Amino acid sequence: MSEKLNQFVIAVYVENKFGVLTRVTSMFTRRGFNIDALTVGETESPEYSRITISLSGEGYAREQLINQLRKLINVKKVEVLDQDCIERELMLIKIKNDREFRSDIHFACDAYRAKVVDYTNDGMCIEVTGDPAKIDAFIEIMKTYGIIEMCRTGIVALERGNTTLLEKNTK
Amino acid sequence: MKLTGAQIVVRTLIEQGVTDVFGYPGGQILNVYDALYEYKDEINHILTAHEQGASHAADGYSRATGKVGVCIATSGPGATNLVTGIATAMLDSIPMVAITGNVPCSLIGKDSFQEIDITGVTLPITKHNYFVNRIEDLADVIREAFAIAKSGRPGPVLIDVPKDVQIATCEYEPKQPLPKIPISLAKDAEIDEAVKLINESKRPYIYIGGGAAGLGLGDKIVKFAEKIGAVIGCSFMGLSAIPDSCAQFLGMQGMHGQYASSIAQNEADLIIGIGVRFSDRATGNVAKYARNSKIIQLDPDFAEINKNVKVDCGIVGDIEDSFAKIASLVKERKNPAWLARVDELKAEERRIEKEILDASCATLPHQEVFEVINEKKPYGTVIVTDVGQHQMWAAQCVKFDKARRFVSSGGLGTMGFGLGAAIGARVATGDTTVLITGDGSFGMNLNELATAVSHNIPVITVIMNNGVLGMVRQWQTLFFGKRYSNTVLTDRKTDFVKLAEAFGAVGYRVSTKEELEAAFTKALDTDGPVVIDAIIDKDEFVLPMLPPGGSVEEIITKVDMK
Repeated sequence: MSEKLNQFVIAVYVENKFGVLTRVTSMFTRRGFNIDALTVGETESPEYSRITISLSGEGYAREQLINQLRKLINVKKVEVLDQDCIERELMLIKIKNDREFRSDIHFACDAYRAKVVDYTNDGMCIEVTGDPAKIDAFIEIMKTYGIIEMCRTGIVALERGNTTLLEKNTK
Repeated sequence: MKLTGAQIVVRTLIEQGVTDVFGYPGGQILNVYDALYEYKDEINHILTAHEQGASHAADGYSRATGKVGVCIATSGPGATNLVTGIATAMLDSIPMVAITGNVPCSLIGKDSFQEIDITGVTLPITKHNYFVNRIEDLADVIREAFAIAKSGRPGPVLIDVPKDVQIATCEYEPKQPLPKIPISLAKDAEIDEAVKLINESKRPYIYIGGGAAGLGLGDKIVKFAEKIGAVIGCSFMGLSAIPDSCAQFLGMQGMHGQYASSIAQNEADLIIGIGVRFSDRATGNVAKYARNSKIIQLDPDFAEINKNVKVDCGIVGDIEDSFAKIASLVKERKNPAWLARVDELKAEERRIEKEILDASCATLPHQEVFEVINEKKPYGTVIVTDVGQHQMWAAQCVKFDKARRFVSSGGLGTMGFGLGAAIGARVATGDTTVLITGDGSFGMNLNELATAVSHNIPVITVIMNNGVLGMVRQWQTLFFGKRYSNTVLTDRKTDFVKLAEAFGAVGYRVSTKEELEAAFTKALDTDGPVVIDAIIDKDEFVLPMLPPGGSVEEIITKVDMK
């Protein structure tokens, strides 16, 4: 995920019901909004799932998108996260195992606290976690060595401090 | 007490105060129809000719009364036939509940006979929808659906009930209908800002839409206009909220709006929008819209504020509440210069209208059709339309005397809407109902004449028959060099009088004002559906017109056919 202008992250609490993810993504299609990444998973409350969406946009598009999300019946809460929130993403990346670059790859892994999780004579799979900028940087380095395949989870994000989004006094 | 799912569907509808439903049976909704048979003394089912007709009837029922309209269909094609009607209701924010059957849960996902994922299909055209796979949820889902349909900004809700859920049994306890879901109230600061803008304004224009019309705020808005020296105009959806006899009311503005209403809006220094969404048909080119004016917008839907036009003061919340607060806080003022200017515009409008009528070579000009209807229609007549030239003429020419008396598809512009909707409106109100349609629109869903005949629903249909798709032809004349691609219908040779008779209705053909007067008078005295085939000229225009993407400055008031 390159650092785009006007990028922001929203967290959406939705009722943990059949078809709710479709309602959210269908709204994006219908209104012509583009998603950079989307993750969904369980939360501290079994009633709700949390969808984390990262997108870019400003002013009008941003306001419309949030308003249209809030209108959905199964959406409990929508919040644009603070700029300084904690963002993490996980990536698995498969690299050619070239004797010539092997030590360089290991050196890079050490520097990025990445982990080799599969190793064969021809290739290796590396797991790396961090904020999107760190993952982007790691990919840049790996390009030199030959990326075979890669997969990113999209970000999950929490705001700092001891509050929860559900407690905030807005929908 | 223990009831089947099908019985729960019908009992819950009765519990919600539903007295009439429109629909069409089929394999996967059979159990519900069996329950309708059981409760036929408490709930009246009207069998339409096509599910689309049922969806428009439920819509017309709702538009004319404000109640939630209900339609029922089977799975697969039955459900997809409702789609246009549901979308029509969605675009005009009409409260409706559609109930569909589906194949049993064990057959879902297997492309079974008449299986369609109708909740998937209707996702973008419903306010919300449900697939009910547990009978325990059924009654509460229906209750919630009614609350959602009528609360805040209303809209259609669909409930898909698989056959095994209709068959299963479960404990049922009647409950009171849920109250409307409360809407937040406007912030005091927003109200204060609006009051300040109104007090500062010298040329205020109150602009009302479907949101205000639906609340029946007409009288209060007229008093408010008197208090602040404002004039009132409306969007297409706001028609009939204010009686046309009201002196400050200028009628519809926008693409085919009344001259004075459109020009006055452009000259105003403040537009007070109440339940309007500033659609592209109303604003034309947004960049050139209301450049001299500040805008206040009252709406229950926060997503409407700043969506189509940027406003100076957006007031999100219950319209009745915000409006009452603003109306009580504003200072009284007269604005005589503004009202005098509007009088000039009205005079100019009369001059233009006379010029258009004088230039007409038609034997039965559209203006005369509406003169007859306006003169003959009893108080409280519901005017229903289809879509096209006749619709815009109706919007310009009909003199409304009561709220909720204009039933027409605004946002979606659904040709074929009219007859079903007229049936729904007539059933709902019991008042005289006149469908004004065109030969193109009427051709789309005229099968519903069978419904009107079988239930003896005395809808008067006036077909403004010009043998062409008039509105499209108008655009072809003006913007496509008179290349009339596929808009000439005269090869059809449909005889609408014989057609009416074939359906068991009464048919008249008229081609002059006197003939229309005679036929319309007879129609009013007929206890059953009547079709009047009124032959009009194919080259009449809807004027004024703002060119698509244009602005008020480019208003077209005459067309030289040479």
